[in-house]
Amino acid sequence: MPVTTIADHDIHVDAEGFMTEYDEWNQQLGAALAAQIGIEMTPEHWKVVDFLRTDYKDQGETATLRRVSTVGGLPTKQLFVLFPKKPAKKMAYVAGLPKPRGCV
Amino acid sequence: MKNLVILGAGTAGTMIANKLRHRLDRGGWSITIVDRDDEHHYQPGYLFVPFGRYSHEQVVRSRHTFLPDGVDFMTATVDRVDAEANVVLLEDGRRLGYDQLVIATGTTPRPGQTPGVLDGEWRRSIFDFYTLEGAEALARALQELDSGRLVVHITEMPIKCPVAPLEFTFLADDWLRKRGIRDRVELVYVTPLDGAFTKPVASARLGGMLDERKVLVETDFMIERVDPERKMLVSYDEREIPFDLLVTIPLNMGADFVARSGLGDELNYVPVDQRTLLSKKYDNVFAVGDASDIPASKAGSVAHFSVEIFVDNFLEHIAGLPMSGAFDGHANCFVESGDGKALLIDFNYDTEPLPGKYPLPLVGPMDLLRETRTNHLGKLAFRWIYWNVLLPGRPVPLPALMSMTGKQMPPTEITHTHQTTRTDQREM
Repeated sequence: MPVTTIADHDIHVDAEGFMTEYDEWNQQLGAALAAQIGIEMTPEHWKVVDFLRTDYKDQGETATLRRVSTVGGLPTKQLFVLFPKKPAKKMAYVAGLPKPRGCV
Repeated sequence: MKNLVILGAGTAGTMIANKLRHRLDRGGWSITIVDRDDEHHYQPGYLFVPFGRYSHEQVVRSRHTFLPDGVDFMTATVDRVDAEANVVLLEDGRRLGYDQLVIATGTTPRPGQTPGVLDGEWRRSIFDFYTLEGAEALARALQELDSGRLVVHITEMPIKCPVAPLEFTFLADDWLRKRGIRDRVELVYVTPLDGAFTKPVASARLGGMLDERKVLVETDFMIERVDPERKMLVSYDEREIPFDLLVTIPLNMGADFVARSGLGDELNYVPVDQRTLLSKKYDNVFAVGDASDIPASKAGSVAHFSVEIFVDNFLEHIAGLPMSGAFDGHANCFVESGDGKALLIDFNYDTEPLPGKYPLPLVGPMDLLRETRTNHLGKLAFRWIYWNVLLPGRPVPLPALMSMTGKQMPPTEITHTHQTTRTDQREM
């Protein structure tokens, strides 16, 4: 796994830049990752990221958009506003989680 | 006497009943299999129905004719499973106690989950082909099509047989060409994925095939609703795609009783260990075939290969032994590409579909990821194998676990172990 440095943190990432070590993440890093994809974090963004990280800890995998809306109660429409165009990928990227599998 | 109850007499349930009846002592174990009706559908055949190539009779048989003596077949609807009490409650009030339970109730299309789909245009200009009625209705609509926009659309992954929408598109292109109206019909492929398929090598190959056929592709399209008056697909990010004839793959969900029983995830799939298919919650509940949440294709081939592993594991499990077999997510799918040809793809949890030969290295006779007539004949021959060899639980001479022999590895990327600080913006 390649290692990259973001906001003075050495982190392990996969070929597409998604973090691979759950415990290497912190809020400061999340904000830096968001900035890299052109997103400025607001309390609404953090609510999504918090749900994703908690759910990942319980389930061992990244929540899909459907799970974020049905279990997390955050409407899909809003996710597209907060993380435009590719919310599933972008949310996972900012939250320091693997890309959601969903697709097989 | 101990009871094995199997819910669902589809591909996985029927194979399990056949294989376990031969392996379980008749004096020690009863086997009961429950389904809501007595019609077993050869679902891969639905693809050919819209083009008038398979009839109703060719894809439907009685479920009970595929079950052996010594298995009780019950036609009933499941209300719920009380997994704490080890009992299945049927809607007619009957109760089935079990020692071991296998949930094999599959997945079904839910057009009602997308607003607007069922409002007015359903089965008029909006169709699906994942049900036999849908495929038959679509056959009539295609006969009347002579110009306009034909849109093939996937709502959300996972879906049963993820290659079928591509196959439908290739066959539609071929069919329109042969009728001499291809130049009057715009063919559009709309997907929530970022390419034609889920895995990179196959996605590039299949995407290239869409380009060659002049199919317009709209990617990353997450549908919010259908506007039936304006005949428009509308996405969450407010893109709009007009259609004259829409062939949609609705959201797929597992059986509703799974949700009522508290056994499912948000799509009613049963969370299981992906190697053994044993429920993560109950030590005597398995989910096999499309009903589970394993990260593999929802497809008959996956049901087939996983049953091979499951049967030996199950016998160990009831003997109190650790399960020694591990399913690898092996899937093997023919992809019809039109003009009497097909591709074949072979993959698992860890390895994406790659070019090569199958099932024998270098010899084949099937080519992986390449359009050939032999693959097409293989696909057609499979219907006979399904009814006569697979469902009765006879041995199919294909290995259950995927093999790398005969496959060509893609060139690997050189990865740097340490990259410098990145401050530039990322594309995503």
